[in-house]
Amino acid sequence: MTAPAVPATTEATGDPPPARRRLTPRKLLNTILWYLAAIILALFIAVPIYLIFVSATTPADATYDYPKSVIPVGIATDNMEKFVTASGVVDAFWRSIVAGIITVVLALGIGAPAGYALARYVFRGRDGYRLVVLSTRAFPIVILSIPLAVMYRNIGIYDTVWGVALMHTALALPFAVLITSSVFVSIPRELEEAAQTLGCSPARAFLRVSLPLALPGLTAAAIFTWVLSWNDVFAAAVLTLRNPTLPARILTSLTQASLPWQFAAAFVMLVPSLIVIFVIRRYLLGLWGRVVK
Amino acid sequence: MTADTIVLSGKRKRNWAPYILLLPSLVFLFFFFATPMFSSFVLAFQTPDGAWSLDSIGTMVGDPNFTRAVTTTLTLVLIVIPFQLALALAMALVVNKRLKGTSLWLYVYALPLAISELAAGIVWVSIFTQKGWLNSILETLGILERGVIWQSAESYWTLIGIIVVAEMWRATSIMMIILVAGLQSIPDEYIEAAEVYGATLWQRVRRVILPMLRPSLQVALILRIILAIQVFATAIALAGTGLTVMSQQTLEWANDIDDDHVAAAWAGLMLILSIFATIGVLWLLPVKDEQQV
Repeated sequence: MTAPAVPATTEATGDPPPARRRLTPRKLLNTILWYLAAIILALFIAVPIYLIFVSATTPADATYDYPKSVIPVGIATDNMEKFVTASGVVDAFWRSIVAGIITVVLALGIGAPAGYALARYVFRGRDGYRLVVLSTRAFPIVILSIPLAVMYRNIGIYDTVWGVALMHTALALPFAVLITSSVFVSIPRELEEAAQTLGCSPARAFLRVSLPLALPGLTAAAIFTWVLSWNDVFAAAVLTLRNPTLPARILTSLTQASLPWQFAAAFVMLVPSLIVIFVIRRYLLGLWGRVVK
Repeated sequence: MTADTIVLSGKRKRNWAPYILLLPSLVFLFFFFATPMFSSFVLAFQTPDGAWSLDSIGTMVGDPNFTRAVTTTLTLVLIVIPFQLALALAMALVVNKRLKGTSLWLYVYALPLAISELAAGIVWVSIFTQKGWLNSILETLGILERGVIWQSAESYWTLIGIIVVAEMWRATSIMMIILVAGLQSIPDEYIEAAEVYGATLWQRVRRVILPMLRPSLQVALILRIILAIQVFATAIALAGTGLTVMSQQTLEWANDIDDDHVAAAWAGLMLILSIFATIGVLWLLPVKDEQQV
């Protein structure tokens, strides 16, 4: 469950071996130092994740042991139960799931066609559109939530999952457009053209040829979009009151809640994130490398 | 709907297809991005009854928390960003070194990418709390006689320090990924040539890698600085009321005090700071045309 346990599923394959490597003592030392650096950096990231796992699963009777043992004294669901039974947590959890799903549907439903257009057509205003989409990321998202709260009160979707999901869609849309565009770019348009010469309509060629090939990339984009929504705390805190999402619910109790409760909360929020990164790991560079360009 | 339009336009000239595909995203961005951005400024310059005035701005600036929130946020940005840049560069160099298990290193370093700021904040609470992991380990190892109170509201700079560490842990991944993508576009020959001529690692980084990495550095810095200005949940989780940041003030005015106009003024101030930061990065790290990706 925690990071260190994750196996290296795909070793770097296909990299050409470094040219003429003779193992002098100096080179050996050099290599050792590189590995050392790699390990220290990895520990900096992985150890805190391990520690929160231990904190969240500590049995109730060992909660206030001190000094704490780095090796778990036992794995128990005491803290989790405390967290889950707190009022409104389960509801908030489901709201977060639903808001995430709506966000994925909206962001990909609106963003994927645009991504497809960017990938497949050369047209006037293409660069302009890219610039608009890219520049939306240069605005702090915090700003959007205040005026949206005012607008939501006027149209009656304040404090609803829909309101939160619409805000999250605004946050995720630029990513959705750029990511789906990079997915479609990677599928040769010749395939679609070949299907068309064989008598497919353009729409059919897209549905039968490009879409299946794009599916893994689109899934990665969907998962990434979902986690953007799952993680947002600020906008959800502004846009909800009685019907918070999970992060907003946790935020409101942060000052009064006991530490074990907080640890369980952090762990519950963390698990989907770890799974998500694992699932989309092959796309990380593709997603972000392209987003930059 | 989109499929039909492709068919229709395909029969004529097909020129309209990309615009129709882009239209939904433009409409959405207009209503949920451009309009709220604009009305954020309108809100900031209005009183609750709709008259134009500078009252909200005055209230914001006159608030005792104004200077505290602004200086703390800027202090955090100024400290976090350089450390984060160094850390991201170290991680990116390790990944690019193609040690055994490259994808494992990349995966571990990228883990925090999907972790929410609130969860990350609580993860570090479990480490820095008085009876937490850091004190436990330091005492067990005999480095400290008695645990340090890291989260003391009296010690401003300790609070800043632990937030910086948490932010470095949480938000370095995004810079790392962007830099890895950038490094991969630097031909290996350049770096090998420098190696052959006896350049040390530092010289290679300083003279070859950093200059060629400039476009990626620019993007990574702009993105991260804008996100750092919005620092929120990590600060709240770790410092509670010990210090305050701009996002926190925005939320407080929006929710607790229920004055959207002052909240909008805060949001506007953050936008202005973000724009200045972006201009600053573009000015300090200009990318020559031939380097444009």
